[in-house]
Amino acid sequence: MQLTLWTYEGPPHVGAMRIAASMEGVHYVLHSPQGDTYADLLFTMIERRDQRPPVTYTTFQARDLGGDTAELVKRHVREAVDRFQPDALLVGESCTAELIQDQAGALANSMGLSMPVVNLELPAYSKKENWGAAETFYQLIRTLLKDQAPAELTHDPKAWQHQGRRPRVNLLGPSLLGFRCRDDVLEIQRLLSMHGIDVGVVAPLGATVADVHRLPEADLNVCLYPEIAESSCAWLERSFGIPFTSTVPIGIGATQDFLVEVHNLLGMTPPSPQAGIRQSRLPWYSESVDSTYLTGKRVFIFGDGTHALAAARICKDELGFEVVGLGTYSREMARPVRAAAKAMGLEALISDDYLEVEAAMAAASPELVLGTQMERHSAKRLGLPCAVISTPMHVQDVPARNSPQMGWEGANVIFDSWVHPLMMGLEEHLIGMFRHDFEFVDGHQSHLGHAGGSGAVAETEVAVSTLKDELVWTADGEAELKKIPFFVRGKVRRNTETFAKSTGRNQIDSETLYDAKAHFSA
Amino acid sequence: MSVNLLKETGPREVFCGLTSIVWLHRRMPDAFFLVVGSRTCAHLIQSAAGVMIFAEPRFGTAILSERDLAGLADAQDELDRVSRELLERRPEIRTLFLVGSCPSEVIKLDLARAAERLNDELRGRVQVVNYSGSGIETTFTQGEDGALSALIPLMPSTDQRQLLMVGTLADAVEDRLIHLFGRIGIDSVCSLPPRQSTELPAVGPGTTVLLTQPYLTTTARLLRDRGARVLTAPFPLGAEGSRSWMEAAAKDFQINAEQVASVLDPLVARAQSALAPHREILNGKRIFLLPESQLELPLARFLQRECGMELVEVGTPYLNREQMAEELALLPEGTTVMEGQHVEKQLDRVRATQPDLVVCGMGLANPLEAEGIATKWSIELVFSPIHGIDQAGELAELFSRPLRRRELIRQALNPPSSAPIDSDPVHA
Repeated sequence: MQLTLWTYEGPPHVGAMRIAASMEGVHYVLHSPQGDTYADLLFTMIERRDQRPPVTYTTFQARDLGGDTAELVKRHVREAVDRFQPDALLVGESCTAELIQDQAGALANSMGLSMPVVNLELPAYSKKENWGAAETFYQLIRTLLKDQAPAELTHDPKAWQHQGRRPRVNLLGPSLLGFRCRDDVLEIQRLLSMHGIDVGVVAPLGATVADVHRLPEADLNVCLYPEIAESSCAWLERSFGIPFTSTVPIGIGATQDFLVEVHNLLGMTPPSPQAGIRQSRLPWYSESVDSTYLTGKRVFIFGDGTHALAAARICKDELGFEVVGLGTYSREMARPVRAAAKAMGLEALISDDYLEVEAAMAAASPELVLGTQMERHSAKRLGLPCAVISTPMHVQDVPARNSPQMGWEGANVIFDSWVHPLMMGLEEHLIGMFRHDFEFVDGHQSHLGHAGGSGAVAETEVAVSTLKDELVWTADGEAELKKIPFFVRGKVRRNTETFAKSTGRNQIDSETLYDAKAHFSA
Repeated sequence: MSVNLLKETGPREVFCGLTSIVWLHRRMPDAFFLVVGSRTCAHLIQSAAGVMIFAEPRFGTAILSERDLAGLADAQDELDRVSRELLERRPEIRTLFLVGSCPSEVIKLDLARAAERLNDELRGRVQVVNYSGSGIETTFTQGEDGALSALIPLMPSTDQRQLLMVGTLADAVEDRLIHLFGRIGIDSVCSLPPRQSTELPAVGPGTTVLLTQPYLTTTARLLRDRGARVLTAPFPLGAEGSRSWMEAAAKDFQINAEQVASVLDPLVARAQSALAPHREILNGKRIFLLPESQLELPLARFLQRECGMELVEVGTPYLNREQMAEELALLPEGTTVMEGQHVEKQLDRVRATQPDLVVCGMGLANPLEAEGIATKWSIELVFSPIHGIDQAGELAELFSRPLRRRELIRQALNPPSSAPIDSDPVHA
């Protein structure tokens, strides 16, 4: 039993719903009590879908449990098949149905239905949403394609060269309730087509059952979101010999690496880094003088595995930030995230407890947080700027405009959305110059008043925590601190306290403040 | 009975009783609701409530793991551990609700036993009660019925003559109703649930109960068992319903009708002028209410009688005929009242009848909007302060707004199909 106040991922059957709802002609019969239908609103409200997810819930009640729930399952399967006439049927159970052991999938399999039936067994008490999505996608592909698998693996990803056609790849992994998948697909299609590479099938997003049957026609599979598609890509490689990419093209370095990987696998000459990278404005924006002020900004990163890893690389190599915290709630991605953190001299935080994440965030005293919507709220409480980089989805993460994370345009979007929450260089410079002017004195914070308010709250908390460590601010020290603009005061307070502790002082006066200033700017 | 009562079974599209925690925890800020269930339960409540704004919400889920199910861990011990962990972190909590879920009911986890044991352990500091909000037993608002039922044994006894309003109200609405009852001449008025879980009202033979919500069947029965008299009246939605509801109490307190009228007549007159602009929009429009909150019958009565709407179908998850007798009597002859649900067939009827407005759950709203049918979320009606004569205008506004909005943006967003090219002056 685990106390959970909030959860990053839903149960695994919600992952299965994401696959069914992403595709066309696939229907999902979910053996579940009433109430589980709440999951529809994830799609129709958060993702703002204009149609219900293709799910039939058996909605059994207590009085059904004494009777024949198996017959109930069959009735709903029959009704769903008659009404929706799907090309493929997924049948599975939610947490409660798993306990009553009706074996809904096996029952449906025994009904002699004309379409393929995928029996989903998603252990609700040990697995979560992303795992459920990956497993469903894999089981569906396997069920539909296993009879097509060749006896001998003869697939040659370079075969297109002799067939008088352009190379062809599948994009695997984009799904509903995935972070910016809709826009990433467009961006990657555009990117590949610039390099003369065709996209065969995109799946699960927008794919039909017929599309799934066409998967083996591609030269290469692009694994866009490993959380969802890696197990499917691996099976397609094992069964059909189709290789798949391992680089996720988020950030300019990763996009370039991705292009090189794709070209090499397809037997093409990779593009030069110079030509490619300058397609994005991120390099110049990061090089321009205004961005000098971004140097060494302390960044705390938390999200799903794919986006957290990408963010760490971009922050360190492309924006010149210092990564002071890195973590993920995706246990399946713990290993690569641990390795990336270690390479940066950090210990990765692998957790699905948002309070633990918030505590780690506070302890790392970052200047910018890149996280999920929950970290956005935590950061707000701590008075820190934040940009959202990962699911779980919020209605704000499905913007009306095109807003990819992947490819060259994705890097542009990332530059804007991560840097804008920070003080821009010019602003910071001016504030340094004019900080003694009355506008910056407390009580005259003009339109920045709210930021001042939340900053003040964070400060009080810090002050309380320092009391425990018996650090005392003298009146003279407090007065000096007050002269510092409110929006950097919290940082100065923390730095000074860290400095005071490290030098064994238990009292902070104005001299300590200046000593600390000299220490940190040295 | 003149309405056309029908029943339907099949797949349902409704929330389970756990959802009512979303408003109950706001009403009693010193209470914590601990669901004993699965990740689905946790995800349901946070999705329904959109709760990311809270630093530390006053509800949570003790998620059962495979170890608990396989019997490797004693679920009762585990529950003790989780409860202690929680209360240590939240010393301000005075009442802990252990809330049963579908999985905890199916594995027959005895929460009553757990509550009893924890009560012994925490004697005096925290009171622990239990109820079920499981989807196999409860729909949406029935969760509140369970939670209130669990509090009744803790209510002190009294012989004092008093009025008890039962069912969660917005604080401002509660204050207003108490004030109005005072002007009528009923001075001793209290509420269940109270604003602080520790300040439970007393109950006894002198207590007259007015239900503010139509879904409190078990609570009403248990209050009767404690000696209270539970009045049946139309529910306090709309000017007419609210007036009848207050009059029922006044009559029980033997207050003369003139006194009541002198207080309520001006309010009703004012409500009617507040209703007028909405009635203009709603009059003659056709509404279809899908079952979810059990507020459907009183809402239908209000919308038909006070706003002039035409009722296509009035769904309700359950129908307690006794408690709803007055509401049913006020519906027009032949109104279709559908108890239960087959969501697919019901949506077929929505499409066939093309109503102007549909009251439905959040999962169905956008798909219907995309088909050109305006909707109103049923969950909004349990969150909004809609009770009482003074709120009649606001209640009507909840229904007129979707229609008004459509009218505002319809023309710009759906221009008439373009004229033939040859009549286009630019291309001519």
